[in-house]
Amino acid sequence: MSKAHKKLEKNINLMAVWIVVVVSIAGLVELLPLVAQEQIIEPSEGIEPYPPLQLAGRDVYVREGCYVCHSQQVRPFRSETERYGPYSVAGESVYDRPFQWGSKRTGPDLARVGGRYSDDWHRIHLLNPRDVVPESNMPGYPWLAEATIDGADIQNRMRALMRLGDPYTEEQVEGAPDAVAGKTEMDAVIAYLQGMGITRTGR
Amino acid sequence: MLNNFWSWFAILLTIGSILACWWLLHWTKGISNREDDEVGDTGHVWDEDIRELNNPLPRWWLHLFNITIVFALIYLVLFPGLGNLAGVLGWTQEKRYEDEIAAAEAAEAAIFSDYLAMAPEALINDDQAMATGRRLFGQNCAMCHGSDGRGAYGFPNLTDDEWQWGAGHDNILFAINNGRQAAMPPWEAALGDEGVMQVTEYVMKLSGHRATETLARVGEEKYAMFCVACHGADGKGNPALGAPDLTNDAWLYRGDRDTIAEAIRNGRNGNMPAFGEQLSEERRRILAAYVLSLSEGAQAD
Repeated sequence: MSKAHKKLEKNINLMAVWIVVVVSIAGLVELLPLVAQEQIIEPSEGIEPYPPLQLAGRDVYVREGCYVCHSQQVRPFRSETERYGPYSVAGESVYDRPFQWGSKRTGPDLARVGGRYSDDWHRIHLLNPRDVVPESNMPGYPWLAEATIDGADIQNRMRALMRLGDPYTEEQVEGAPDAVAGKTEMDAVIAYLQGMGITRTGR
Repeated sequence: MLNNFWSWFAILLTIGSILACWWLLHWTKGISNREDDEVGDTGHVWDEDIRELNNPLPRWWLHLFNITIVFALIYLVLFPGLGNLAGVLGWTQEKRYEDEIAAAEAAEAAIFSDYLAMAPEALINDDQAMATGRRLFGQNCAMCHGSDGRGAYGFPNLTDDEWQWGAGHDNILFAINNGRQAAMPPWEAALGDEGVMQVTEYVMKLSGHRATETLARVGEEKYAMFCVACHGADGKGNPALGAPDLTNDAWLYRGDRDTIAEAIRNGRNGNMPAFGEQLSEERRRILAAYVLSLSEGAQAD
């Protein structure tokens, strides 16, 4: 047995350090270069930070746990693009914090749902999905129609996102309370859904 | 594309890892102090006489490790895996997707090109076209019109013989291609609460329901002022505007008093999205024929 081997095997701290080094190599190779890769960190064509109402809707989407049943990631297979629309690319999600790709589809993927249904359809469907899709097992979300959006709160969220690097302008932040004035959480979620993927589908 | 630094970073770490695995495999093989058939030990001795034996890996097992290393090297030559190096096969995810689409389109073209030339009646009689239509309907239409085409509150029933925008294949195809945007304005401001009630009674009467006669009579006068432009003097509606016939008892939004009053008060804005950009022409024609077949089936029943 070599001297180096003996030293490594008998010194648990040294061994722990080497284990971490060895285990992290795959991560270093797969993840680190992506952090610098342009097509992943730059927004795709037409992708802008969420307008105030959509931003509010996105937060409701996250709060209600929509991602538990709905993914937002169309994979590059024909079976997926035939059903949903163009496949997803990394640059679409640069302003999603956190991203809502999800990992399970109890319901359909939503990455291309914008413009697919009318606002009225969404309203009926969110209140009670079985009114339009009798075989649906999605729960209703009637309370969204009664809760209003707080403009000042949205401003704070936009400021926080600005600090993380989202290119909101000061005018957009100033205008946020007007943009969400009198809107319910229902309106906000629908605005968010209707904006989803429209730069890719052209709807 | 990675820049040069990160590309080399990935290449060197990947190749380095593979070499390190190979080295580890052969170095640990050499640790064994075995000579011939004798079982070697690692030199570790505890409690005076407990030795740690060091049998070498069985040869087949060792070779499995060797095979994975060879596999990795071949894979990295053929496929993109080392930084920006594309691999000799030139495989990309995008290309694989495009090939898949091209193959499917070629297979479809043979079937679908015939459909393009077929008349709606012929399509309806073609079992394969109608089976395709049923799937297209399930995928694109069923969430509003229902998987059986019977519609829902605010979404037209396609199996009856009532056509808000006019009957026939061409009207259906137009709706699929361009969508439909109905627009009934709100009348609350013009009519007031009382007026809404009166016109509601008149609409109830038009559709053959019991109505309060005195209210309906005033309602009729107001109908003649505000509603007649779209729904017509006889209440038969106007397919060109998507104004429904009020005299039959088919209702897009239920036919009870409250729902009718709500429509008069706040207006209605039914909206069907356009599918012209989304679906190929063959698919839209199949869908139109399929929808037509739904209503004809209902007539036969």
